[in-house]
Amino acid sequence: MSPVFYLVSALAVAGGLAAVMLKNTVHCALALTAAFAGLALLFLELDAQFAGFAQILVYIGAVAILIVFAILLTRGSETPKDGVYSRNWLAGLVIAAAVFSVLGWAILQSLSAFSNETAVPTVTVHDIGVALVGRYVLPLEIVALLLTAATIGAVIVAMHEKDGAR
Amino acid sequence: MIATMDQIFVLLQHWLVAFLPASLQQAAAVLISVVAIVCLFPALFALTTVLERKGLGRIQNRIGPNRTGPYGILQPIADGIKSLTKEDIVPLSANAPVHFLAPLVLVVAVFMGFAVLPMGRNMVLVDMDAGLLFYFAMGASTEVAVFMAGWSSRNKYSLLGAMRAVAQMISYEVVLLLSSVAVVMIAGSLSLTKIVEAQNQYTFGIPHWYIFTPWGFAGFIMYAIAATAETNRSPFDLPEGESELVAGYHTEYSGFKFALFFLGEYLAMFSISGLGTTLFLGGWSAPFSFLTFIPSWIWFFSKLMLSIFVFIWMRGTLPRLRQDQLMNFAWKFVLPFTLLNLMVTALWRFMGGGWERWVVCSAILIVAYVVMGRAGMYREHFGPRRYRYAE
Repeated sequence: MSPVFYLVSALAVAGGLAAVMLKNTVHCALALTAAFAGLALLFLELDAQFAGFAQILVYIGAVAILIVFAILLTRGSETPKDGVYSRNWLAGLVIAAAVFSVLGWAILQSLSAFSNETAVPTVTVHDIGVALVGRYVLPLEIVALLLTAATIGAVIVAMHEKDGAR
Repeated sequence: MIATMDQIFVLLQHWLVAFLPASLQQAAAVLISVVAIVCLFPALFALTTVLERKGLGRIQNRIGPNRTGPYGILQPIADGIKSLTKEDIVPLSANAPVHFLAPLVLVVAVFMGFAVLPMGRNMVLVDMDAGLLFYFAMGASTEVAVFMAGWSSRNKYSLLGAMRAVAQMISYEVVLLLSSVAVVMIAGSLSLTKIVEAQNQYTFGIPHWYIFTPWGFAGFIMYAIAATAETNRSPFDLPEGESELVAGYHTEYSGFKFALFFLGEYLAMFSISGLGTTLFLGGWSAPFSFLTFIPSWIWFFSKLMLSIFVFIWMRGTLPRLRQDQLMNFAWKFVLPFTLLNLMVTALWRFMGGGWERWVVCSAILIVAYVVMGRAGMYREHFGPRRYRYAE
């Protein structure tokens, strides 16, 4: 665990906490962006260049902007008078803790499964590309089809209705 | 001698670093390169503002700045001092922390892009395996900064400008990425140094630049359109159309924060021109094989400044687009054509080295261009123009 790891994880955790605790919705979205950036830096710290840059490109470049647009284009971006905390925050906390413990348990268990691998595998972006269009080409195509269908669906929902159809 | 001139900055860096103990050398080498980038491009920015004002002045049949120094060359220094000494006004209702952070995020994200650009032989700060991906990741982060600036100002013009800018940048980013993918398909690498090396070969004295192939030419045109839109330059300068929105997302910025936005905009222009040069115009390679004695960095910066000149020229020539024209152009013409160009690139890759691929690929692209252009024109019902009030 290097000092860089602690710095970066502090950024990610602080961003995540700020995203739930800040009052202004747009501030929350920006804090979430900081958390995304922290996650991307964590990936880079682990030498996963593709995952890190894809995280920045997709999450900061697209998802954060989408969230912000959604906040601005819908009503209710004003801060509610009675605070931002839900009444059943305790139940939420329990569920979040349960999910966290299950994930942590799964990750800790998986350590023993890979115990015989001594060297850290080096995966370059080139290898990922070859694997994506080689072995995993069918899943890739299915995902692409799904995304295209989603895009067309979104366009149809947003499209103006023709005068006759009204 | 030729090799020394070619590598002069690399040698200079090695010479400087050699004074330090071995443990510090690597860090010092990186630091020197960073300082060089951080000094050089703002200097180039200062030069470009004069060139742009003079050039636009000439296009509009006037003289341009000529009071500060010979031919107005000291104008950027005066402007810099002015923006440093001006009062920094933050509107009372503005969201102060976000308002403060926005210009910083923008300039930092833009500067990061220069890290992977090869500016000459062996002159690249980080020779990353996924350099192109890094560049686009940094480019995508500037959108957040633009939004932050527009939203935090609490000004309708700022917010409108930011929304326009973000919508435009997202639309054209797709095209920017897809037109670059064609280059990656042929070069077989995301590393920008490898892409330049693949173009640095000569047949009969003519270089193997990607712009000299049918798919490369089409890709370069699409890249140039997307790059102009991405940097909010005219004719795609709706986000800061001064006749409609005062100054767009940086309306409420004054003093040096405004200067930072101005700097960020021009730096983005430099870096996107540098990337276009690297991808399509052979980066630092010479245009003819007998010109290879001229240092590689001179070629890179000449191509960069040529692109800047074209940017200025376009700004002086073309009128601004309307919002719906902008979006229709992106999604109905540029994007389909770029997708087709990807197919053509794949065809080029697998058709072997004969002359047939030149004919087939050019024919497909030209036919598609003409058909799509005609179809678009037909849909718009263009006829003889009639002026409603002037007749």
